[in-house]
Amino acid sequence: MRVELRGITKRFPGVVANEDVNLVVEPGQVHALLGENGAGKSTLMNVLYGLYRQTEGEVLLDGEPASFTSPADAIAAGIGMVHQHFMLVPVFTVAENVMLGVEPTSAPGVLDRDAARRRVLELSARHGLDVDPDALVEDLPVGVQQRVEILKALYREADCLILDEPTAVLTPSEIDDMLEIIRRLADEGRSVIFISHKLREVRAIADQITILRRGRVVGTTTPDESDEQELASAMVGRDVQLVVDRSEASPTDVVLRVSDLRVRDDRDQLAVADVSFEVRAGEIVAIAGVQGNGQSELVKGIVGLLRPTAGHVELDGVDVTGATTSRMVELGVAHVPEDRQRDGLISSFPVADNLVLNLTRRSPYSRGIRIDRGAIRENADRLVRDFDIRTSSIDAAVGTLSGGNQQKVIVGREMSHTERLLVLSQPTRGLDVGSIQYIHRRIVEARDEGLAVLLNSSELDEVLALADRVIVMYRGGVIGEVTGDEATRDSVGMLMAGART
Amino acid sequence: MTATTAPAPDPRPEVVEETGARRHALMVAGLCAGVGIAAVVLFGLTATSDQVSTLLMNPRGVDTIPNVELPTQIAAFVLGFGAVLLGVQALRVPNPKITVYFGGALGLFALTLVVWAARDGTGAFYGLISGSVARATPIAFGAIAGLLCERSGVINIAIEGMMLAAAFGAAITASATGSLWIGLLCGVLTGAVFGAVHAVISIRYEVDQIVGGTFINIFALGMTSYLAVRVLARYAELNRPGTFRPFQIPLLVEIPFLGPLLFSQNVFGFLMFGLVFFLAWALFNTRWGLRVRAVGEHPRAADTVGIRVRFIRYRNVIYGGMAAGLGGAWFTLGSAGRFDQNMTNGRGFIALAAMIFGRWHPIGALIAALIFGFSEQLNDYLSLLDTPIPSQFLLMAPYVVTIVVVAGLVGRPRVPAANGQVYKSGG
Amino acid sequence: MTTPAADPAVLPPEADDPLAGAPHERPPGVAGALRDLARGLLGPILAIITALAVGALIIVFTDPNALDAWRGFFSDPVEALDASWDLIATSYRALFDSSLGSQRALARTLVQSTPLILVGLSVALAFKAGLFNIGGAGQLIAGAMCAAWIGITFDLPLAVHLPMALVAGTVGGGVWGAAIGFLKARTGAHEVITSIMLNFVALRLLDYALTTDTFRRPGRTDPISPEMPGSVRLPVPIDSFRVHIGFLLALAVAWGCWWLLQRTTVGFRMRAVGANPHAARYAGMGVATTTVLSMTIAGGLAGLGGTTILLGSTPRLTGGFFASVGFDAIALALLGRASPIGVVGAGLLFGALQAGSTGMQAKTSTPIDIIFVIQALIILFVAAPAIVRTVWRVKDTRLGAGQRFSAGWGAQ
Repeated sequence: MRVELRGITKRFPGVVANEDVNLVVEPGQVHALLGENGAGKSTLMNVLYGLYRQTEGEVLLDGEPASFTSPADAIAAGIGMVHQHFMLVPVFTVAENVMLGVEPTSAPGVLDRDAARRRVLELSARHGLDVDPDALVEDLPVGVQQRVEILKALYREADCLILDEPTAVLTPSEIDDMLEIIRRLADEGRSVIFISHKLREVRAIADQITILRRGRVVGTTTPDESDEQELASAMVGRDVQLVVDRSEASPTDVVLRVSDLRVRDDRDQLAVADVSFEVRAGEIVAIAGVQGNGQSELVKGIVGLLRPTAGHVELDGVDVTGATTSRMVELGVAHVPEDRQRDGLISSFPVADNLVLNLTRRSPYSRGIRIDRGAIRENADRLVRDFDIRTSSIDAAVGTLSGGNQQKVIVGREMSHTERLLVLSQPTRGLDVGSIQYIHRRIVEARDEGLAVLLNSSELDEVLALADRVIVMYRGGVIGEVTGDEATRDSVGMLMAGART
Repeated sequence: MTATTAPAPDPRPEVVEETGARRHALMVAGLCAGVGIAAVVLFGLTATSDQVSTLLMNPRGVDTIPNVELPTQIAAFVLGFGAVLLGVQALRVPNPKITVYFGGALGLFALTLVVWAARDGTGAFYGLISGSVARATPIAFGAIAGLLCERSGVINIAIEGMMLAAAFGAAITASATGSLWIGLLCGVLTGAVFGAVHAVISIRYEVDQIVGGTFINIFALGMTSYLAVRVLARYAELNRPGTFRPFQIPLLVEIPFLGPLLFSQNVFGFLMFGLVFFLAWALFNTRWGLRVRAVGEHPRAADTVGIRVRFIRYRNVIYGGMAAGLGGAWFTLGSAGRFDQNMTNGRGFIALAAMIFGRWHPIGALIAALIFGFSEQLNDYLSLLDTPIPSQFLLMAPYVVTIVVVAGLVGRPRVPAANGQVYKSGG
Repeated sequence: MTTPAADPAVLPPEADDPLAGAPHERPPGVAGALRDLARGLLGPILAIITALAVGALIIVFTDPNALDAWRGFFSDPVEALDASWDLIATSYRALFDSSLGSQRALARTLVQSTPLILVGLSVALAFKAGLFNIGGAGQLIAGAMCAAWIGITFDLPLAVHLPMALVAGTVGGGVWGAAIGFLKARTGAHEVITSIMLNFVALRLLDYALTTDTFRRPGRTDPISPEMPGSVRLPVPIDSFRVHIGFLLALAVAWGCWWLLQRTTVGFRMRAVGANPHAARYAGMGVATTTVLSMTIAGGLAGLGGTTILLGSTPRLTGGFFASVGFDAIALALLGRASPIGVVGAGLLFGALQAGSTGMQAKTSTPIDIIFVIQALIILFVAAPAIVRTVWRVKDTRLGAGQRFSAGWGAQ
């Protein structure tokens, strides 16, 4: 099916998500939609899929205009979407998830489970997807769940497949498998739209590439015609400095020592097994790896959010295994959490309060149980100045700030009280380039001032740009460590995939 | 490339750790044994060897089965040790389910109490069981009402208010028209209307569902009490609906004990069983059930495959209201025969507990309702036999049991994941 | 690479500055504060007016005389409207007279407000900590029972006896509330269900207690306790104005709640946990301990409220000495937006409604249950400002957002 988006504009109150976008996908073609987070890719596809209605423009399928009021219409027209965040009901089986909405019935209203199961098995075999129809989705690993999403689209006989960031949660080898499957699906005559911000994969799979920036198309090309640097520039709109200005590190004493640490996650599964490493003052150590290999739990076990079941954590020689977060703060440790909205800030509280969120029990902010509002305000004024936080006032609710400024509140807060160790988890996720550069600069400054910095990031570019040493985690253990110039995309990437030398 | 080879063990062990399971089994066994020993001590040792409990096994006026005569002390010992044996069995099974074992032990304890209370006298055993079923009826309807709402993701704590309003509506219409069936219909309709109100408030206006439920409860209490004084007190003929007579299913009713128990009911009893079993099947075997559950667990996923989330929620909440309406009508048309202010008296909240106890499953809800009905009826039974337990404490029992249940002491229930969350679809 | 002609000047200015923050909006100083206050009050005031209006409609359309007049609407519309207006006016005037119309009425209102304010604070404080405390009734009963026991068992001078009883009442309520908090913190049991259940348990305990020798008045078989001795009753400072110092106590406690919430680390923790338990946890604030602490304080406040009833206007324990204070408190806490000053205001309003309702019933035979209906409507209109907005066509979207309690409904 030939899919054409002509002049699509989508406006929301206060923001234009897409402006005058044109896109053509031919049958048998993989067309990549490339852009940064927030460029409007997902919105555009939601219009095509019937979740949103375009403000202007039209959608043409095989030359005929199509108008969708809901995903049901799009599905009926042969469009299938595999979402970035899976749309699977965890407590249902694979077959139930796949048939939801188009259930086969034996009698009016009565489910025909056998028919669904048979068809799932058939499709699974035909496309090399290898999925068990009776398995509960919540028990399946992420890579398999994604294949269930693809099955959903195939079950509905999709002629056009939209894949939204399909490789975000896959290991490098799973990515290769996925790209193969996609290629095969396209070769069978389907039109495939591949949404991503990962330059390499896009160049590997796409026949055509359309680049979106701030809701507009800024260019169309093919993998042959442009290299990664050009694509990146187009995505961001300026010559992107992929490397941070960083001098050689001169680490001194060991600040953090982790030995044989074991941590269990919320489901009581062993997530970190016998991990050992050190971080010295004046160096940035990055924990790299595909998300889900224990990095989060490792960090939580160090800063006091999870209690390690075995092993030791030492700070400046003092055993702090299993210490509370408050104690760690007292000892000079700061932590920038992964999920800034959920864990780092209280949206309804003013900026000033958020800037002392985990410090209220310390002087000068309180004496006994009395809070010293003056001290809090002074601190807020200072930090807003130092970190260039754009807000109408320190009393404004922090939820009204932009993502970048919110993160600066957290970073500012944590950096204002770090004395020994700064731990950052995914510090620039979802931020615009300007904020990313600013925060990277501050991290390097902190290192140069003598702090020990532990960075947990799944963005390989960030790791390579910042780290003096890279520790790669794989399935809960440290699979390898790379230092200095030897930390390259290849060397680290291989370790991330589980290849040991 | 310098890569330090470190051992990368597979951190996902296949064998579940032993100690946790062992501790669980010990706890279950301990609970059973404790209950059993309590039964022996409290009932076996306080009875004397010459006492005999006579338990009536038939409804009044019928003589199908002979009455059971048990030597009280021996029976108490046997039943108590039975509970202890359950505990022993729990140790031999890898993962003893607390509901089965501890529940069984508690059941034996209750049975011992029943036998002991009738020492040297006659206990209306059949009446106890049949009364439990009767009292369970509104609770079961209420639990189903809650379940229908919550399975689609809408919390409903307004069951109490819905039932009260329906009780009033049913009574007044039945009295005015002289027809019980029209009264019943009106009760269901009243429930549906209040369900619709709850749905609109929660879904369209996105009011927090607990606040909205509280509104309905207070409003219904206020309105029905106000109208009871204004209208019913003045026009007494509007408060004389009467009640449905029980009818019997021939042949089946002849089965000893279970026959009259299950197959001689008024319309509410039959509707209750019918609805429970129908829903138990429908929720898991029909397209309707699959979609409802999807909406309750992951509304976004349902939306992206074209299911109308809001519509399903509206519909289910109205169905829930109708079930609550049936429950409410029971009070006036199935039990008291008249409307009294605040006659539901907390049964709507017990229904919520039954729903949670029953893991949001219709059959579980029925079992829970029966247990709650039993504890209410037990109070009557014991007071007839002049047992020295103050009635207020017995009356407290359902509430205490509810707390125990809700506190997850009887296992951790699995709530529909999207319960209570407002669902906003795209622009 | 083909690049379509894109004019960067067309993009809005902030688009290139990702660091732009929220636009400047508030006028500084007193004017701004007053405007915020007005906006904050608009919602509740409209809610009250709308609820009274709906109440009026109900009163009219259930009154036999008014209904008669309406039956003849087409022949004599003026008669119908006249009769309706008369009825409404008389009812609400009676309400007003009995609550605010005379010194005695005003005294009655203040006395009625006292427990309402205290139990309202209990609900409000719990709200701030993210908990829905419907257990006010049970907590106030527990508190009153403890205070009653102190009153009955001891014989001490006022300066000792009264404070003892007040403290006992607070502790009793606190324990009752702590149970709810503990269950929630340890097992995840939602406080709505446990508090409702504990309400019923408390009621039965009270019934039982009134049959025991300790609590039953000698010589009586009905469930009533001895009168509280004068040494434990709240004194009335001004003889001509029959208000006991409980009212001042309630105001002082309200101020204390404000101070606790806004000026102490404990209050900061409570508000943080209520606003975002995840972030609170990350910031080192123990969510479980805060839950228990919040419910204990809330329970204590309600217990104190129950005690003021016992030691004030109704100096004896009976099965229903507390009337409907528990439920009223919920409505008024919602109305007062869970802020201490709002609760005081709402408490006074509800106290007036209570004090006036008996007078209204006497003069116009309107049953007092209409007050429940009005309260329920107030809850609705405060929680769903959109409904009020539709009715009055108010465009200001700043009537306030609703509160959320449904998180954590099942055992987690």
